[in-house]
Amino acid sequence: MRKTLIPMFTCVAAMLLAGCQTNSRDQILQANSSQVQLRSYQTRAFDTVDREKTLRTVIATLQDLGFVVDKADATLGTVSGTKLDGYQMRMTVSLRPRGEQQTLVRANAQYNLTAVEDPLPYQGFFESLSKAMFLEAHQVD
Amino acid sequence: MKRTHHSRNSLAAQVAIALMATTGCQQGVPPEALQLTSESLQQRQLQTRYFETDDETLVLQSSAAVLQDLGFNLDESETDLGVIVGSKDRDASEAGQIAAAVTMAILFGAYMPVDEKQKIRASLVTRPAGAEQTSVRVTFQRMIWNTDGQISRAEFLEDAVLYQEFFDKLSQSVFLTANEI
Repeated sequence: MRKTLIPMFTCVAAMLLAGCQTNSRDQILQANSSQVQLRSYQTRAFDTVDREKTLRTVIATLQDLGFVVDKADATLGTVSGTKLDGYQMRMTVSLRPRGEQQTLVRANAQYNLTAVEDPLPYQGFFESLSKAMFLEAHQVD
Repeated sequence: MKRTHHSRNSLAAQVAIALMATTGCQQGVPPEALQLTSESLQQRQLQTRYFETDDETLVLQSSAAVLQDLGFNLDESETDLGVIVGSKDRDASEAGQIAAAVTMAILFGAYMPVDEKQKIRASLVTRPAGAEQTSVRVTFQRMIWNTDGQISRAEFLEDAVLYQEFFDKLSQSVFLTANEI
């Protein structure tokens, strides 16, 4: 009995150590959380239609948080940045008008080799952004 | 007796597996990663200067010229938002590290990878600041690869002297004094 148990546990332990995936190609279109839930973590609405000012404030906020800006596109309304601090964190922020009076700001981030799907880091980002915008960040349903 | 011994063993194995499963393949994001800290303002002051002009394009052109003077190649630029991104690949070997690696090899026959190359990135952002003023904020970071091809260091450059020197060069280039915040 004991003789069979040990190899069995070793095998299970080895599988756990080796990681959680069987095919690394699955990562291409993978998202762990549901799309709707993820969007609500990553999105806030601001009461402004000044796109350029919002983009410039997003850039300034990323810089305040220690990111180095990689790319910015005024036409598309996107900004990407990388933070190196013993780890590598990449973040892309995009803007989209919402109705006549609001702008939606969406952020997504990766931390080393994983997607950031925890609501807390995004909350931190939007708090910082909201301070820099002098505007409240509204939760979007 | 034999039976209890066995169940204790398998319990220990199960606990070990449960621990491994919970630590899993994920590392959490450090809580301070996306939060402003007390150092954020200090960093901003270090990295920002004001020029007495409302000509943002002039400041951007001068900044691009300074980056080129320093050997950076421009990777990205977006003049509508005042963003320029540049990088350079350089040697990262340091005499001290090589000496240590050689000593290890001679004394213990041990192999120790040393830093080989680095990529330095600079990102510069201009912004209209009030009447007749334009602010410039520059940030530097670098990644170092060792002789095994692994990233041995990934860091933000915080050295005050570095930023001071950069702005000295920029104010010469733009023919204007760089004012601190």
